[in-house]
Amino acid sequence: MSVFLSFTVLGIVSGAVYGILATGLVVTYNTTGVFNFAQGAVGMVAAFSYWQLWQDWHWPFLLAIAFVVFVEAPLLAIAVEFVLMRRIHGATVERSLMVTLGLLVILLGIATIFWSSPEVIRSVPAYFTAADGTVASVHLFGANGVTIQDQQLMIVVVAAVVAVLLGVFLRRLRLGVAMRAVVDDPELVAMAGAKPYRLSQMGWALGFMLAALAGVLIAPLVGQTGLTSTQLTLLALNGFAAAVVGRLRNLPMTFVGALALGLITQYCVGYLPGHINPGLASVLTEVVPVLFLFVALLVIPAARLAPAGRLAARPSPKVVTARQSVAGAVLLVAGFVVLAAMVGATALATLSQGLAFGIVGLSLVLLVGYAGQVSLCQLTFMGIGAFTMGKTLGGDSWWGLLLAVVVSGAVGALVALPALRLRGLYLALATFAFGEVMYSAFFGNSSVISDGTSIGVGRLRLPFMHTVSDRAELIEVAVAAALCAVLVGLVRRSTLGRRLVAMSDSPAAFATVGLSSVRTKMVVFTLSAAMAGLGGVFYAGQQGGIGANDVQVFASLTLLLFVAIWGIRTVTGALLGGLTAAALPVLQTHLPTSLADLTGLVAGIGIVLLARHPDGILGMEWLTSRVRLPFGGEEADAGAVVLDHEVARAA
Amino acid sequence: MRSSWTTRWRVPPEHESRPVVTGAAPALEVDHVSVHFGGVAALSDVTLRAEAGVVTGLIGPNGAGKTTLFNVITGLQHPDRGSVHLGGTDVTHRRTHVRARLGLARTFQRLELFSTLSAADNVRVGLEASGRAVASTAVGLLERVGVGDEASVPVSSLPTGSARLVELARALSTDPRVLLLDEPCSGLDERETDALSRLLTSLAAEGRAVVLVEHDTNLVLRVSGTVHVLDFGQVIATGTPDEIRRDPAVQKAYLGHAPERGGAGAGGGHPST
Repeated sequence: MSVFLSFTVLGIVSGAVYGILATGLVVTYNTTGVFNFAQGAVGMVAAFSYWQLWQDWHWPFLLAIAFVVFVEAPLLAIAVEFVLMRRIHGATVERSLMVTLGLLVILLGIATIFWSSPEVIRSVPAYFTAADGTVASVHLFGANGVTIQDQQLMIVVVAAVVAVLLGVFLRRLRLGVAMRAVVDDPELVAMAGAKPYRLSQMGWALGFMLAALAGVLIAPLVGQTGLTSTQLTLLALNGFAAAVVGRLRNLPMTFVGALALGLITQYCVGYLPGHINPGLASVLTEVVPVLFLFVALLVIPAARLAPAGRLAARPSPKVVTARQSVAGAVLLVAGFVVLAAMVGATALATLSQGLAFGIVGLSLVLLVGYAGQVSLCQLTFMGIGAFTMGKTLGGDSWWGLLLAVVVSGAVGALVALPALRLRGLYLALATFAFGEVMYSAFFGNSSVISDGTSIGVGRLRLPFMHTVSDRAELIEVAVAAALCAVLVGLVRRSTLGRRLVAMSDSPAAFATVGLSSVRTKMVVFTLSAAMAGLGGVFYAGQQGGIGANDVQVFASLTLLLFVAIWGIRTVTGALLGGLTAAALPVLQTHLPTSLADLTGLVAGIGIVLLARHPDGILGMEWLTSRVRLPFGGEEADAGAVVLDHEVARAA
Repeated sequence: MRSSWTTRWRVPPEHESRPVVTGAAPALEVDHVSVHFGGVAALSDVTLRAEAGVVTGLIGPNGAGKTTLFNVITGLQHPDRGSVHLGGTDVTHRRTHVRARLGLARTFQRLELFSTLSAADNVRVGLEASGRAVASTAVGLLERVGVGDEASVPVSSLPTGSARLVELARALSTDPRVLLLDEPCSGLDERETDALSRLLTSLAAEGRAVVLVEHDTNLVLRVSGTVHVLDFGQVIATGTPDEIRRDPAVQKAYLGHAPERGGAGAGGGHPST
């Protein structure tokens, strides 16, 4: 009985923290229309700031809490609202997702700069300590009862107070009602005398404060191992799951979801065989919330396919002509043949990896750029391709390449299957969950790939070479990338390409002309995952293997972000995005560690650009009017070329 | 919803021939359909039918439920009660794209174009979907509705009126038996409106059932064979244009009171939005 009780207590306590995090998410979503993917990252920064102020700078502990929750979080929120979110009001889900993902990468970058030196263990002491220095606790329910720490009680009380106050604020008070109205129609609210930006700022501030509160509350529970930025950021997954239970609207149901999630997780830890194996317990705490999120996404009905009623003023169609495609491909291969002869070993490796990432980037052009389906697990498909390659016939055969493409495509189809009912945000969440599950349960599972090592993957064997040198590898990748680039152009000009774009532009109209978005999504997911798998073959071949670190979800996010920053609807953007993602960590090693986190910095600048220019750098007008891209992407209007024939025929 | 995998095979992929059999089921039947949004009844117990070869007008004040009814017919909105039949086939639980393949097409009051595609590509998506890409060209359809010159223009840069006509061309691309038009005339000038009304008549003459929602009441009364009047989610009158003009309930719904002088053209002054 006492075991059951203590796991119940743990479940309620963690549920309370998830609940606070999730309500912040729901409040921001309902007042601004933006789902803040960086919610966990805000909590993470808050937890570190709390440690910094209290433990490192020896501020009084109450002052530290008050500063983090009531000063730092709202100031951060106002800055974020001003620089980023104000620009994307009413933007598509893909775009607003991209901007909050960028925010997440920036915040992770900030944490890397300030709080990543491994020689310091950043652990926060318990809130209440007994006289003998141990964590203060009370014993309830008699001898067979349960011991509850005072701070656990405090968390539950704080969560309850937050829930009640928020409910009153949003339902009863004028300001709360006005905040909810802003998301529907800011202009109407403005006409009614309120200031929409002020209200939207309030929405962000409230969301950030709740995230900060969750971060501060959970900090001492992390224990002696200290705070780690990715772990805290991933707490957001629990928040997402709870918010989905509340259908992103309903605060009480969100809390119910959070409690259910906390309890289920703790009972799994307590009663599955994991309690004999401490390793499994930590896997379970990671995997259960993700599965919970996955199931919640599938069971809770998603938004209906309602006409969106917007004619987004996006720039003219950018269709690559066949000639541009082939010219670009030749240029790409020729350029890299020349480069391969010129550069040293480090650059060869970086360029190879960059182009392999570029192939994954091209798979994102199909999926996100054309079809508008956001995938946050593209590197997982890449990893599956690499893994398959490594396990087939010595890891360097053409059969392995073929199988890698087929297997990753098949997994893509399997992922798409449950995700087919989902759209936009929900789909993105599902792919995030899938990537995380695959990371912790497959690639990070020591019985699949032993800890810290990788599965060996060879370089694709060439008929007239005994070993494939770094130079030959780079040329191999360049050819593969060029072929993929041509293929993407081909798809865009085909019936399928028109369907992908049409489905993205108006799902309602897509259905009313008799097209099934289910089938189209299935096709594009399969194609995209297969292409990512192909990228994986070359990525792993270059470095000789594939390990868990290569397929982290955050790395998927970063790659997606860089492709989006260059331009996710262009082939060139995909290749440049891939090269950027590979090059930054290498450049970073040439900088003093204290200087900056380059990836975070570049992502930060890029995301500010992206908030203003939805089509990224390559879609910016000053560029498109001056530069002709290989692979097209600017004025090119293949539609017009074809149409001229048609006009002639019709006339 | 979930039945699409099993039902797909029973859906005829093509409808090359259009048998017009006298005494057959009406092209479109809506039976006792009710839809509630929260406590608000958007549609209550709506019954109407549209026959092939006829323009069926649907008029009513703003918020009467016209667009909701279109959403129910096309499957974008599930009715709480009631059923929808297309050519005698019960499609109440079929998905939108399945209904489209059974010969249903529509336009939207708030434009739903494929905004990154050109006008011709918008139409081509529909042509390809119904396997008719060869039979009639996209430009041909655009010319038929009067925007042939705009074929290569990205639809996001078209004025609203032309964009509506592109939507109409796209709706026609699947060669529908039942065509639902949600305010096709708003944004058109007088000359274009005249051209459109002639087009509507000829579309009906081809044997299609055309259902027309329009704020321009005079136009509806001119081209329609039958008119249904919707108010607060209920059908308050059904009849020929002449009967509708004389109907006191209609005049009350439109003007707030029964007019003192003759009712002809009542509601003509309703501004379109």
